[in-house]
This record gives sequence, structure tokens and C-alpha cells, in this order.
Amino acid sequence: MSKYSIFSLIRNAGSYHENWQRAWRSPDPQPEYEVVIIGGGGHGLATAYYLAKECGIRRVAVIEKGWLGGGNTGRNTTIVRSNYLLDESAGIYEHSVKLWEGLSQELNFNVMFSQRGLLHLAHNVHDMQEIGRRGNAIWLNGIDSEFLTPEQVKEMVPLMNINGRYPVLGALLQRRGGTARHDAVAWGYARAADALGVDIIQNCEVTGFDIKNGVVQGVRTTRGDIKAKRVGVVTAGHSTVMADMAGFRMPLESLPLQAMVSEPIKPCIDTVIMSNAVHVYVSQSDKGELVVGAGTDAYISYAQRGGFDMMEHIMGPLVELFPFTSRLRMLRQWGGIVDVTVDRSPILSKTPVEGLYFNCGWGTGGFKCTPGSGHVFAHSIANGEMHPIAAPFSIDRFNTGALIDEAAAAAVAH
Amino acid sequence: MAQKNRLPDGGRIDRTKPVRFQFNGKRYDGFSGDTLAAALLANGVSLVGRSFKYHRPRGIMTAGSEEPNALVQLGTGARTEPNIRATQAELFDGLSADSQNCWPSVGFDIGAINSVMSKYLPAGFYYKTFMWPASLWMTYEHVIRNAAGLGKGPTESDPDRYAQHHTACDVLIVGGGPSGLAAALAAGRSGARTILVDEQSEFGGWLLTDDTEIDGMAPTDWVANTVKELAGLDNVTLLPRTTVSAYFDHNFLTAAQRVTDHLGPQENTKTPRQRFWKIRAKQVVLAQGSLERPIVFADNDRPGVMLAGALRTYINRYGVLPGREIVVFTNNDSAYRTAIDAKNAGAVVHLVDLRPDPDNPVVHQARQAGIQIHEGSAVVGIKGAKSIHGVEIAPLSEDGKSLAGPTFVVSASLVAMSSGWNPSVHLFSQSRGKLRFDDALTTFVPDHTPQKTRSAGACNGTFTLAGCLAEGMEAGAAAAKDAGFDSAIAGPSHVVKEDAPGSMRQVWTVPTVHPLGKGTRKHFLDHQNDVTAADVHLAAREGYLSVEHLKRYTTTGMGTDQGKTSNVNALAIMSEIRSASIPEVGTTTFRPPYTPTTYGAMAGQGVQELFEQYRGTAMHDWHVNNGAVFEDVGDWKRARYYPKPGEDMDEAVRRECKQARETVGIMDASTLGKIDIQGPDAAKLLNMVYTNAWSALKPGRARYGLMLNEHGMVFDDGVTTCIGENHYHMTTTTGGAARVLNWLEEWLQTEWPDMEVYCTSVTEEWAVATLSGPKAREVMEAVAPKMALDPQTFPFMAMQEGEVAGLPARVFRISFTGDLSYEINVPARYGMALWEALMEAGRPHGIVPYGTETMHVLRAEKGFIIVGQDSDGTVTPYDLDMDWIVSKKKDDFLGKRSLTRTDTARPGRKQLVGLLTEDPNFVLPEGAHLVKEVKPKPPMDTIGHVTSSYFSPNAGRSIALALVKDGLNLKGSSFQVPLMSGHVETVTITDTIFFDKEGERARG
Repeated sequence: MSKYSIFSLIRNAGSYHENWQRAWRSPDPQPEYEVVIIGGGGHGLATAYYLAKECGIRRVAVIEKGWLGGGNTGRNTTIVRSNYLLDESAGIYEHSVKLWEGLSQELNFNVMFSQRGLLHLAHNVHDMQEIGRRGNAIWLNGIDSEFLTPEQVKEMVPLMNINGRYPVLGALLQRRGGTARHDAVAWGYARAADALGVDIIQNCEVTGFDIKNGVVQGVRTTRGDIKAKRVGVVTAGHSTVMADMAGFRMPLESLPLQAMVSEPIKPCIDTVIMSNAVHVYVSQSDKGELVVGAGTDAYISYAQRGGFDMMEHIMGPLVELFPFTSRLRMLRQWGGIVDVTVDRSPILSKTPVEGLYFNCGWGTGGFKCTPGSGHVFAHSIANGEMHPIAAPFSIDRFNTGALIDEAAAAAVAH
Repeated sequence: MAQKNRLPDGGRIDRTKPVRFQFNGKRYDGFSGDTLAAALLANGVSLVGRSFKYHRPRGIMTAGSEEPNALVQLGTGARTEPNIRATQAELFDGLSADSQNCWPSVGFDIGAINSVMSKYLPAGFYYKTFMWPASLWMTYEHVIRNAAGLGKGPTESDPDRYAQHHTACDVLIVGGGPSGLAAALAAGRSGARTILVDEQSEFGGWLLTDDTEIDGMAPTDWVANTVKELAGLDNVTLLPRTTVSAYFDHNFLTAAQRVTDHLGPQENTKTPRQRFWKIRAKQVVLAQGSLERPIVFADNDRPGVMLAGALRTYINRYGVLPGREIVVFTNNDSAYRTAIDAKNAGAVVHLVDLRPDPDNPVVHQARQAGIQIHEGSAVVGIKGAKSIHGVEIAPLSEDGKSLAGPTFVVSASLVAMSSGWNPSVHLFSQSRGKLRFDDALTTFVPDHTPQKTRSAGACNGTFTLAGCLAEGMEAGAAAAKDAGFDSAIAGPSHVVKEDAPGSMRQVWTVPTVHPLGKGTRKHFLDHQNDVTAADVHLAAREGYLSVEHLKRYTTTGMGTDQGKTSNVNALAIMSEIRSASIPEVGTTTFRPPYTPTTYGAMAGQGVQELFEQYRGTAMHDWHVNNGAVFEDVGDWKRARYYPKPGEDMDEAVRRECKQARETVGIMDASTLGKIDIQGPDAAKLLNMVYTNAWSALKPGRARYGLMLNEHGMVFDDGVTTCIGENHYHMTTTTGGAARVLNWLEEWLQTEWPDMEVYCTSVTEEWAVATLSGPKAREVMEAVAPKMALDPQTFPFMAMQEGEVAGLPARVFRISFTGDLSYEINVPARYGMALWEALMEAGRPHGIVPYGTETMHVLRAEKGFIIVGQDSDGTVTPYDLDMDWIVSKKKDDFLGKRSLTRTDTARPGRKQLVGLLTEDPNFVLPEGAHLVKEVKPKPPMDTIGHVTSSYFSPNAGRSIALALVKDGLNLKGSSFQVPLMSGHVETVTITDTIFFDKEGERARG
């Protein structure tokens, strides 16, 4: 892998940029790998990268039915944070944020991780109690956490209307939270994994598993059968479909989640703002677009698009919280399929099939955990035992009742 | 100032109505009917803006909504709007616009340093640098952010109003050009409710530019006749200046109508600035026409390079000839019409045709008109940067990859280009329609869609006028027929004399004197985002081959025009590089909206005071008039406390708490959720949704219940009363009212459809006043003389119907304070009368109104939980030490199975306990955590958290409730609570009842 830097840019400018290497190869699948990862999104690519980088397993293939990063990796609102209430959540998301810090250098690919701070607004007494509990929990977990007064909020985000229908009574701030460039994360991991020998195979759809006596032997794909004793499934909204192929059910529902951007404008919002009571979240991308989102659509669907009512329900809150946006214009709206568990926490787990691991259920908040999820999932596959940070996220919890019910406990959107 | 490029006559502008406007602070004149772009061109202004990345000088490329270059900041102050396309902004008197994304001026822009540095800034350069040192990224990013963005957003609230409008129709026709008008005629004449929408200020589309006669009439006359006929039909709605922005499932489309934008700022009017239409159409006819493709040649972005069709529009529709020496550069016949019209308007015209031997009739016409035609040649360079003063032309090799002869320069100030036409398939694609690549047209055309929609005319790949009219008629008639109007017919065909379209020659990247990407000349694809043909090559070289990767890596098609002029060119170049066909390379998904849509219009009326209107109780005004401070609970406004002059919240609450326990307090409890449950299976339903047993509850008796979710976790609570046989009155928490009703309905509709039971929300039917305190009975006696109030006849947990203050009432003897309480329900319209009567009757007894804050303290003194505060969706009844409420006998209830799961049944879970602080005056902050051991700094292992915490005037000290791991076994133990401030408070775990432990008071 030739290194990216300002010097390589200058050098390549001299040769009219004709000597840049491919960011990743486009190999044909080999008959056998040590590990096959299904799903070329951020989590899958990160898993492959850490398998090769830290676990010494280089005979790894990532199989993607479409294009890299084409699922939720390339469709989310790019928010990164680790200010979670429950210890298990804090464990994995903070692990991830620590990996984010330094990821551009690690991958030698600028993923534009921007720690511009993230505000959760509180608009009523109940919200204040919620951020009070969560802020303290985060702080006691050794993660940065600050309470802000409405005046401090106004100072950080001068264009916010803090005296609206639901006045801002306070906020919880994580300064280390922020955003990153979503596509770059997929590409950066792909390039770095490829450089370590990982085969990244796009336009290759998995059509079934080869399972003998409850042990996975490989996968069947549109480009032939591929043997592997260990298979990691990282397919987000299609995890239920993959589980069905493997002969078991995953406790997931797939729902459309929409997001939208405005036309680009000069910088006006420097932090990420999330409000549950008004129900909208907003940040401004480096390009200048306001990135806006809210909740999932109400119905189950595999369609990567949503209905109008959710878009409409985002508009009132957006204009309420940021009156200046009324004259801005929506440039583009899109949808992704999010895989949601009953406790809104992910699944990183062994399965009834030996050698078959699932990493799914990230719901509306998986992007932020791309590095952390890939990292602990890689170690789990390599060791045959779930990494301690991943262990609580086993599918067994739906039988034992040891739910990590962040949604119920914190009632905060991911 | 003279409009130097305005033709002496012609055009559809109103020359009797001059309009004055400003651009970049300079005053100009135009005419009513101009767009800002037309007026700027008329005044000889060709430099309008700067591009996104390189800050290249840019002019006006199109005459419509596909414009990538000419974006301006329109207006100032609260009404300023960024990124307005000058090609769509209609001129009004006093219009003021400025160039954006440039400093200090559009003529001299410091940002253009990026253009000088462009060699180092190819597609995706930012992924390769700004990584060292890591600590400087936020600084780099700050600079990047300030360089990015286009115009400036307003900083004030929007003074304008918007409206939403819902409608349904039989046939919705999108696009009012020849196809759309013909479709509207056929549909409208059939009697079908028809809506015809067009984004421009007047109907006609291309017919306002073209001169081909229809039935012997000038096209504009045909348009006028047609619109007149349509306007006369009651079943037809005409919506000009309206853009259908999105196409959803089930033929649901949204459209944004610009109601007053063309008039300028409107003061003191109730007319909305824009109206957002939500249209459910039985049938849709898409007739949006087509967009011309630019040619990708060297320096094809210079101000003065425009689309050939756009030039023709400026000449014929606006009476503007933007240059006297013009080069028309084409690969097809359509641009010849532009050349001829330009020549007739007085310009010197050179025609540069990529085709080696064009010989259609229009070619001969052009020759006869005296236009010099350079066949088999191409424009290979432009002289000039901020304006054009010469055009380099050279013959092309047979394969189109190189120059076949020396270049020569012709003097020109304008280049009009055409690489063919792309059908506007955006909405068709949004409808989930599949596209097909048409090799002859070298573009995508509609194939099939699951929705009830038809494409007609140019957007369907039909490029003759006769074809458009016929297809439009047929589509309109067929749509009406399918909508149930059997009489619909396509009507007589129109007589149109026109030539068949000739061949095209595609040269996707026109070569220049140096190889692509070497030298200073750039071939732009996406003009706004400065994506060049060389960038596509770079993306391909680096492996960003998928069309989505191409788009995301190079940013092509991601500007405010969303690639309307660039997408097919980008695909074609990638297909050449990959030696794959264009359909193999694929196309990106067309996402809504078609053109950017104003947020305010989408929000409609639901902003400011109409954004989530608050709910107030029947007694709300009394609370207001008596100085209550309110809190938001869901969308309710609830009185939180009633401060007396000089009192803060703590003081007011202490007073209310004391007095309510000593005499009598009154609270407005109307917001509590209330569900009327009736039917033979009502008790069965209650048995399933509550943990305790309900079968034995007699009429007139009430019972407290807990509801669990499927996980066995407490989800709501409340008192439900048996009103009569098969009739119950359920109460829920205020915040949970809607959730509980949905919960009941979900189970009834999906799992227990056999149950005969009906649930009706009656929250707002009843106004509720709660009397609580030792003197509550005295007050009741005064207002309800006919009721039996003695504890034997009317005991705790009973209900009786009767008259209170002369009003029909249901009185419940239930208590959330632990004191003798009466919850008096009257029909909501009597709420205020009840309240005032109770206050009057209570005055001799020292009645005190109290709010939610006092209620919280009083209930906490008794250890009564608030679901959602003391429980959080991870708490079982056992965790709350409420084993008594979980029936051991019932076969089933929701959550029962989950309670036996290993983790749910394990000992040592977080359990609800009381806390007493070492310092009796210290009130713990809610949300503070108990730790095993205080360390100098986090992390520290926590064992629980404070859920409720107050100063209790009746206990004379602070009290708190907490969820603590294994807390029920830790009573008497002490722990520490570290706070962010540095303070550490020691607490002792106790039971949850801090007042009247025997519970005698409530029984009264």
C-alpha cells in the first residue's frame, strides 16, 4: 500500500495523478479462506481489517452482494458518541470512540472524525432526570460528560431557539462526540484490509450456507462455493434473511430509517444536536449540508426508502428548534433498513451453528461503533470465544432476560 | 442602464412593465416576465457565481431548474435565501441578489487560489491528507468548512407563512409542455378530476421556445387556446409555478407551489409564500420533458458556455441575444435550430458539428441562412476565463479520441452546446420504476413501474412534437379511462410539420490539445462540484468503479442540481474506461426531491404557536390566573406549583406539602390517562394486562394494577374501577395514556381478536380534581350533601356516582398522597365550576392548591412509585418490592413468562429502596449514583442510582428513592454518592416509606 500524505499528493500531481494505486484489488474468490465475512459495510470491513491486523488471520474474504459501504454505512447521519447509560453499552461504544481517535492515522485514510461535540437536549423535568442519571453514569464510567445550562447551550449553538414550545432546560454534552465521513470509513478499512491480504469481493451474493452436523463449512455464492470454517455475518438489515438461510431465527425487525440533507450553506451549526422531546437531530457536514434525521418509520420493510409522514414529522421540529432553517431547502432524502432488537442493543454472538458468528441488530446507531464492533468481533472470531466487551451482547440474553435495554432505560435514540 | 443584449422585439416578456433590480449592488433594468438569468444576460452580465471547490468563474448554463452554476443569494435579512437558481427566479421590482461563495467579489475571489492549486486537489484529495499531525485535524477542518458551503443561511426566523394542502384527483399530470397539455385535454374533457402541474411560470414548456406550428397555429397560440379550454373546465386544476418534488408509494405525490415568490416579499398578507401539496392520484401521467446534455470539452465551464436549448429559450422566450458572435457545438440536429434562430436574431454563428457528414434538412437550412458549419470538428478550447473571447476548433479523428488537424480560433463570446437530450425520468424512478437504456438515444428511458403511472413525450424518449402530442393525448385518455371515465378518448391527432430527428455522434470526452488531465484545461462534468472527466479516470484508476463509489468519491451529481446535467455523462465516461456498457455501469437511485424543497413549506402551518399545540385541562385558566408555574408533561401543561409573591419553588412546595397534610389540598388530576373499557370480556382483558386478579372486583370498587411488557418489566400503573357489569374505568399515567391504549389495542387486534371488549380513550371527557388531606371529608360534605361519605359506606378504594357541587360526578376514594383523598370526576365542561366550588367550600378549612411537584413529594413520602421515574423499563414488580401484586394463581398475564427467565428471576437485581442522607438537609440530585468505593476519579463501580429525591417538610428532612443492586438486602447499610462537583454524600439504605408508616391516614 503506497502511503497517502501531502507529499504523495504533490508527487502524484507531478505525474498527473496517473500513478495512484487501486485502493483495493478486485480479486476472484478463492476456493477456501480461514474466515469469510459476509457483508462489506463498515462493520464487516473493520472485522476483516482487525482479523488481519491484530489476529494474524490474513486468509480472509469479505463478500459483498453490491458495493462496499452501500448499506447503512453509506446512509447514516454519521454521528459518533459513547455517552450511553448502561455499562455494557458504554463499554463497547467507548471502546469504539477510542479507536475512532486515531483511526485516520491507523488506516492512513482521512475518515474526517470530527470531535465537534454532541448535545442531548432536555426539554422537561423527565428529560432532566434522564440526562441527570445518564450524565452521572457516563462520568462514573470514566467517559467525558458535562451538564450545560440553557445559556451555555445557546452560547454553543446561537441559532437554536431555546425558548420554544418545549424550552431547553439543560443539556448533556459529550465533547468527544461528533461526526465522521461515512464512506471514507468503509473505504479506509477496505484499503487497509486489502493491503494486509484480505480479499474484498464485491458483486457477490451469498445464496446459502454449507452446514454439516451443525458446523459451518462454507458459503454458497453467486460466484461459486467458498469454504471456510469460520463465517462472520455482518449484514445489518438483511441479517434475518441470512439467519433464515442458516436455519435459525434472529430476534430482529427490519425497519426503514430516513435521513435528509439540506443544500450546502456556510457553517452555522458546529455541534451535533439531538432532541428527543422535540424529536429531531441535526448536524452540519463539512460540505455545508445540514444532516437531519429522527425516528424510524412505523412499519417493517426491506425497502431502502421511507414514507412522507416521517419526513413531515421531522420538519416541524426542525423549524421549531432552528427557526432559521425554514427558508433552507431539502436537497435529498433517503432511507436505509435498520435491524432492530427488542432492547435496541446489538447482537454480537455465536449462533446455534458452530463457527457461524453474527454481528447485527445495531438498529439506528451502528455507524458510531464501526471500529469497536469490528475490533471485538474480529477477536471473538479469532479466539472462538466472545471478546469480554462483546460477551453481554449474546443472543442468549433474549432467553435469560439479561437485556441491555438502553432504549427502555435511557429512552434515547441512537 | 441599457439592456445591451435585449433584442428590439420578440419574446414573452412584457416590455410595457420595466422592472428594476440589483445584482452585486449594481442596478439593472429588466422586464416583467424575465427570470433573473434572462435579465442578467440582457444586461450583458455573464459572470454570475463561483464554483464549489475551485471557485472557477461561472455564468449561466441553462434556462431552467437544472442549472448548476448560476446560484445566487437572493434578498437580505430574515428573508435571505441561499443557492437560488437565477434561471428560475422570476424578476420582480426591487429584487436584490448577490453572487455567493466568493470573497471579496465574484470578479476577484481569493478562493480562486484553489483553482491555481487544482493540480493538487483532485477528486478525493482530502481522504489522502490532513492527517498529520493528528491534533491539527480540527484546525484543517475549520478551514475546510469555511471554504465549503455555498450561500449563507438566514440567521433570523422566517417572517413568511406557508400552507399545506391535501387533495385527491383522478389524473395528475406532471409537466405542462406539449405532452402534458395534450394529456390534460384528453383527461379534462372526459370529466376526470385532473390536476396539471408545471414548474414554470406559464404552461407550454418547449413550445414557448420552439416555432413548429401545430394545426397551422403558432405553438404559443396553441398553448394559449389549450390553457383557455382547460381553465374553462371545472374539473381541471392548473398549477403553474409548482414542482412535483417526490413520488411515494400508492400514487402519493408531493408538490411545492411558489405562490408569491415571483412577487417579492409580501408584508401584511395572509397569503402563504409557498403551498405544499399532498396529492393522492388515481392515475399519474408524467410529462416532464427532457434535459439537454452538455458536451464534455475543454474548459466547458467558462461563463458564456450554455446549453443550446437554453440559448434558444433566451432568444425566443425572453428576447435576449446574450452574444453577437456565437459558436454552436453539437452532436445532433436540435442545436441547428438554435443556430438558425441566433443567426436570424443578428448573431454571427459558427456551427461545430461532431458528425462528419450531417445532411438533414435543418442542416441545409442552416447553410442557406449563411451559417458556417465545421463538420467532423469539435470545440477544443476556450479563450478567456471570466468571459469568452475566442473559441478553439479542430477537426476530430474518426474515433473521436484525438485531433485530426490543426486548431483554429474563431472570435466568439458565447458557446451553445448540445450532446443530445436526457428524458426526465426522476419521478418515474422515484415511483420505483425501472429504467432501460436506449442505445439510439444513448440515454435512459422509462421501462416499467409498479405504480399507476404513464410517461408521455420527451420524458419517455419521444422527441418529435407530433409524437409528444399524440402520446400525451393517449396517456391522458388512458389514465382517465383507468380512473373510471370510460368516455375518455385521445381526440383528433394534431397536424405538425417537422423533420425526423437525425443521427447523433457521441464523443463523451472531447479531446483537446493535451491529453486529458494534463495541462490547464479541464473537462467539467459536474459544474457545481467541479468534477472533471479526469476525476472519473482517477476514480476508476483507484478502484471506485461502482457508480455509487464514483458518485461518492468524486461528488459528481451531489450538488444542488443533483446531477441533472452531469449524471449520464459521468456514467458514459466510466463505461468507456471500463469497456462496459452504460447500463452495466448502472445508474444511481433518484432520490426525492426533484428540486430542493423549502423546509418551511413542508412544515406548513405546524410551526411556532401551531407546533404541537399544548393541552390544557378545563381548569387551566384558573391555574394561570392564580400564578401557577407550569411544566410540560407530554403535550400537557400541568401546574407544577403555585408560588406566592416572593416564593421560589422550594418555598412554595414546602408550604403546599405542609398544608396539604395539615388541612386539605386540591390538585388538578385531569391529565391522568382514562380509558373506558366495556364488553363481556372486559375483566378477561384486565386479567391479561395486569399482574393481579380482577375477576372478583365488584361494581363500585377500585383496584391498583401494574402492567408489564413482554419482558416482565413494569410499563404502566394505575387504578381501574368497576363501574358496572362488564364496564371498567381504567386510569393510566399522564405520559403513558396513548401508549397504554395502543398496547391494549395491539393485543386485542393481533392476539386476542376473539375477545369482545371495546377500549375508548376518555382522558379528555373528564375533569378531575383531587381533594387530599385530613379535612378532605369536611370539604366533601359541604359540596356533596347528598353523598354518603362515612368510611363504612364509602370506604377506601371505592367509587360512587352522585352530585358534587350540583354537578354529575364520579367520586373515587383513592389516594396518591397517603392521605384521605377524593378524586372527583365531572364531565370536562364542568371542570372549572367544580374547581371553583371546591375552592370556595375549602376556604374555611384552609384549602391549598398544589401542583405536580408537591404531589411528587407527598407520594415519595409514602414510597409510591412513579412509573418512568422510579422504574425505567428494566424493573420488575419484584424489583419494586411489590411481590404482593403479582398473582400466583392466574394462568397467564402479559410478562408472566418473562418473570421466570433466569436473569429476570435472579437475586441481586437493582431494587427500589429508600435513602437517607447523612446530612438531613442535603437533597441528592436525581440521577446521582451510589458507588462501592469512592476513588479519586472515575471510573468507579456503581451499585445504583437515585430515582426520586426531595426535601420532605413532613418528614423534616431530605428523602430519596433509589434503585440499588440487591438493595432489599442492604437496608441499614451505608454507601457513598460522589457528585461531579466533588462533593461526596453518605447515604443509608432504608425502606421506602418516610411518613405514616402504618398507612392509617388514607383509610380516613
